[in-house]
Amino acid sequence: MWKKESQRTAFAEALVELGSRRKDVVVLTADLSSSVKTNKFAARFPEHHFNIGISEQNMMSIAAGLAGSGSRVFASTFAVFATSRVYDQIRQSIAWPKLNVNIVATHAGITVGGDGASHQMLEDIALMCSLPNMTVIVPCDALETKKAVKSAVDYNGPTYIRLGRSEVPTITKEKTPFKIGKATVMKKGKDITLIGTGIMASQCLLAADELEKEKIDATVINMSTIKPVDKKTVIKYAKETGAVVTAEEHNIIGGLGSTVSSVLSENIPVPMKRIGIPDIFGESGNSEELMEKYGLTSENIVKAAHDVMKRRGVERT
Amino acid sequence: MRNNEIKTLEEKARIIRKHIVEMIYNAGSGHPGGSLSAADILTALYFKVMRHDPKNPRWEDRDRFILSKGHAAPALYAALAESGYFPVNELLTLRKLGSRLQGHPDMRKFPGIEASTGSEGQGLSIGIGASLYAKLNRKLYRVYVMIGDGENDCGQIWEAAMSASHFKTDNLTVILDRNGLQLDGATREIMGIEPLSDKWKAFGWKVIEINGHSFREILNAFDHAKNVKGKPTIIIAHTVKGKGVSFMEGNVSFHGKPPNREEYEQAMKELG
Repeated sequence: MWKKESQRTAFAEALVELGSRRKDVVVLTADLSSSVKTNKFAARFPEHHFNIGISEQNMMSIAAGLAGSGSRVFASTFAVFATSRVYDQIRQSIAWPKLNVNIVATHAGITVGGDGASHQMLEDIALMCSLPNMTVIVPCDALETKKAVKSAVDYNGPTYIRLGRSEVPTITKEKTPFKIGKATVMKKGKDITLIGTGIMASQCLLAADELEKEKIDATVINMSTIKPVDKKTVIKYAKETGAVVTAEEHNIIGGLGSTVSSVLSENIPVPMKRIGIPDIFGESGNSEELMEKYGLTSENIVKAAHDVMKRRGVERT
Repeated sequence: MRNNEIKTLEEKARIIRKHIVEMIYNAGSGHPGGSLSAADILTALYFKVMRHDPKNPRWEDRDRFILSKGHAAPALYAALAESGYFPVNELLTLRKLGSRLQGHPDMRKFPGIEASTGSEGQGLSIGIGASLYAKLNRKLYRVYVMIGDGENDCGQIWEAAMSASHFKTDNLTVILDRNGLQLDGATREIMGIEPLSDKWKAFGWKVIEINGHSFREILNAFDHAKNVKGKPTIIIAHTVKGKGVSFMEGNVSFHGKPPNREEYEQAMKELG
């Protein structure tokens, strides 16, 4: 099976790589350098790393000031503190003037585990997607995290990069192409389209394996950019398969599922089902237990696939 | 030599005040009180203190000015136009559809605006970013940030105050426009922010208190700030909200209200 690797470590490695070949990269954190792992960058490039203390609002506006002056900024903290706590600072100081600040949020989603609801950010994608000029990236594994961070540095405008706390299965390869705004088709099939983001992309692949045993041939798409979403790919595979399931470790409102359903309803309304957190706050537990309890599993995706295929009807034109 | 210089600045400030009143009257909305209280300080900055080049607004080594109290945008626009960043007649497009002169400053609209502001409390942190950039890249430019006294209600101002002294941003000078009034009334009634001087000192800043309408005191304070090493400086400038127009002076109702026709005519007459 897949190797499990840390997205945070990948982020740290990408930062060090960037720091060693360019002088314009600046990294900020808010008393979490050892958790978000910017400490690796800090050890190598101490002058280019600023620990702003537990003052995230201040950090985001300082990031804006640095970016406005010419730095390529990475501002990193936990997803709760990187979004809802600083929404106004991101809106006013960063997104409105379209500055090159990359917000790298770790510890997103329910898989934070034991820390519980206060730290399990499940609304961040919705918040960031609603901001004009903001690009929202949810890498599925460690390799894709590295590519996303390296692509973001020269991207025009702010990005929000969402990472998890725990290790996740590495489902992409070194040579898998990555482009901001472009989905990756992991597997092609004619019967149903499964679209996953972040940790749920691997669950979609597992679900496709299960479906194959029933002779159901699934397309699996890793949607690593939620905004701007790759409409072309969504429409293409919705057309080819006529049924769609989305899966995300995020509130069912305002994330991948909402985005895909907007694309479908305006372009090619096919039956679809969204897997996600049903508009509630999380709770303590270990990651696997929580994924199980809230239905973020391949079994649930398989069930949803049966459901949408039934609604579509077996006979297709 | 300073006497002549001061006369020239006073004359410039008078013209800038006239622009402010005319712009806001013409726009039918805006914030005259806090624009007029800031006018002398902005005049000093743009016509004496700052190194900048309106013909080359992106000059890397220019001093930066950030208007954290973004609602005083008319004062900033007037100072920029009078400096030659854009034609003076464009001032009358303030707040109109398609204008570069947005109700609050938008840095994407034209060079010369160093930060997009308007949501209170963020400009000081942005200024710290610009100041850290200068230190990191061995630039000698200075950063000036103007905050309002009402902004001292914002938590982020104190986060920024703490970090500026932590990072020893001695290339940063803050001007606090202490006009004593905020939207809902006198600052002492809305939220007790005193003792301001002691608070900023306790946060590690060099504090200078001046009369914000005396060019002699304003210029001396900026000179002094340039020579402070190892810590940022805040100039608490005691000002009068609505300064220069008798019926707006100290009148909280002109925080965010334009003059009517009669008031406009009287204001222009008073400003000469």
